[in-house]
Amino acid sequence: MKLKKNIPLIDQHDKYGFWGGKFGGSYIPETLKKPVEDLTKTFEKLRKDKKFIKKRDFYFKNYIGSPTSFIKLENLSNHLGGAQIWAKVVSEANGGAHKIYNATVHALICKAMGKKYIVGDTGAGYAGKMLSMAAKKFGLKCKIFMGAKDIKRQKPNCDAMKKNGAEIVPVYSGSQTLVDAVSECMRYWVSNCDNTHMCVGSTVGPNIFVKICGWSTAQISRELKAQLKKEFKKIPKKIKLINCVGGGSSAYGFWSEFIDFNKKQIELIGVEAGGPKKSKLHAAPLSKNAKIGILHGAASYVCQNNEGQIHETESISAGLDYPGVSPIHCFLKDTKRARYTFATDEEALNAYKLIKKYEKLNPSLEPSHAFAEVIKIAPGLSKDTICIVNSCGDAKKDRDILKKRLGKY
Amino acid sequence: MNSSSINLAFKIAQNENRPALLTYTVAGDNNKKKSLEILKSISKYADICELGFPHNTPIADGGQIQTSAYRAIKNGIKINDVFSIVSQFKKLKKSKPIILMGYYNLIYQYNENKFLNKCKKSKVDGLIVVDLPFPENKKFASKCKRKNISFIQLISPTTSKSRLKQIIKSSHEMIYYISMLSTTGGKLKVSPRKILREYSKIKKQNKSKNVVIGFGITEKNINSLKKADGLVVGSAICKEITNSIKKRQNAVTNVINVVKRLKKKIT
Ligand SMILES: Cc1ncc(COP(=O)(O)O)c(C=O)c1O
Repeated sequence: MKLKKNIPLIDQHDKYGFWGGKFGGSYIPETLKKPVEDLTKTFEKLRKDKKFIKKRDFYFKNYIGSPTSFIKLENLSNHLGGAQIWAKVVSEANGGAHKIYNATVHALICKAMGKKYIVGDTGAGYAGKMLSMAAKKFGLKCKIFMGAKDIKRQKPNCDAMKKNGAEIVPVYSGSQTLVDAVSECMRYWVSNCDNTHMCVGSTVGPNIFVKICGWSTAQISRELKAQLKKEFKKIPKKIKLINCVGGGSSAYGFWSEFIDFNKKQIELIGVEAGGPKKSKLHAAPLSKNAKIGILHGAASYVCQNNEGQIHETESISAGLDYPGVSPIHCFLKDTKRARYTFATDEEALNAYKLIKKYEKLNPSLEPSHAFAEVIKIAPGLSKDTICIVNSCGDAKKDRDILKKRLGKY
Repeated sequence: MNSSSINLAFKIAQNENRPALLTYTVAGDNNKKKSLEILKSISKYADICELGFPHNTPIADGGQIQTSAYRAIKNGIKINDVFSIVSQFKKLKKSKPIILMGYYNLIYQYNENKFLNKCKKSKVDGLIVVDLPFPENKKFASKCKRKNISFIQLISPTTSKSRLKQIIKSSHEMIYYISMLSTTGGKLKVSPRKILREYSKIKKQNKSKNVVIGFGITEKNINSLKKADGLVVGSAICKEITNSIKKRQNAVTNVINVVKRLKKKIT
């Protein structure tokens, strides 16, 4: 298994859609073959279409607000000693998280395909909120599938979805979290694929959804590359790019421009949700060595039992609370290009507290997992090491959880 | 045509001038013993029995079958139990075809070859794998063929013409036509006439294939689809089990009655 150079990772799959021969694919019911094929053709055409790219860039700039800023966390760096800590503040993007890139592109594709209805899944509520925003902006009717447990714990984002005119469909099956929302959304698409477009909220699902999402979030690393050159004159010699990983869309977007670099120069570190310290449950299929399985139309490392039943997961962060992970991250793991680890609920909360104490930054619980890792490693690193964390979400949505766990927000 | 028990079952129905009746129940619903009992009793009226091996993340099943699957898993069903249900059934009803139906991850975790060996040993006649479509299924289908297990492919209203031809060409003795864009158990939202028109397109390609129609079939509409080689009823049966449990009634008798009535409507 080997990575190729000069080809975007999203395109390094075989004709059946597998990365590294075994991750990804399209395990879909017959009914979805045609809509997936149509979507694949449309996307491959659009991404080569200069007018479409222009349109994308226009909305990225004027609607999403690119570029998001790249800042040094001076106080935190001084406090921890060791490496310099920087953040790419992706939460500045319209709506408060990176999910807006994928949502905007899907809305544009939906329009291009002449469909009037768009549906999507959400866990933290950001993917749903952003899709509802993009749907409103482009005049589409929007339905969001969300686990009942997540509806309760991410209320601010639900309020936003409703305000944007989207219908939230609560999902009561299984663990009532993201995994169930994605299943229900796919089922809905099976029944309505003739007039409805589906957006998958991360780099997961059948091959084409991994590609569209990765292609969209890649904007983050294009910006970062330019910002690095501007800040340091050239790409520094020792960089660590630290990102939380749920499905893996923000991590891929943060890394895509840097995958071809030597890992001694640019290390890629993915941080999964380790769950509560005292619980056996987690949402860390990569770092806790789950077996390969098929979930939501793709093969990836999946938290599951011996029989292939998908395991319940547990995490304080609704956005990371998912038993599977992107096939492209499985590929990055097996080729050893990226390193994956996890942070527990408690570590993420502590990281959040520390960030709040030292910086004017309000990272949601998902990026707080990434901050937990940088807090662990920075003190042991040299001063010329540049650790960059993707602060990919704003904590407003976590208001209730933070109040409950920390006594204040 | 070969003389597989699946082919024979269709032949018998054809000689009686009616479509074959295929039932779908979930193995282990609501427990191992009961589901074997249900299977045994409905097989008096059903020509072919489909038996689902339950998965907790079924992306193509509606509420009724999901409920049955969750119930079976909760009551501890394991893949090996599914095989043992089939073995026990086959000891009593040698010639009644059993088709296992489910999602690929369970086969993948069990190991394809081991799974097929187990199928062979417990006398499974056919397999439907919901999320392993053409052409990805080619290798698996030929493995099935080598073991004399029929791999049953699905065709849907969205299947393109060229794809349809390829699927039929690569199919074994039976093909499953999905009546409409829906998960299992949806309300029939397409007219039977239109469904039969699509069905004929498949038949026209190759008359020797047994084509069954499924999804959305109930006591109410089964009569209007009688022209097909076979008709599959699943959710309506799963729903009866759920209702029986709710009402604390005997699921076995209630389900037999449903299947009896279904059979009567097409005879
Ligand atoms: C702010 C934020 N970060 C991260 C994630 C995790 O998803 P991904 O790994 O696709 O970026 C989510 C998902 O909802 C999120 O809202």
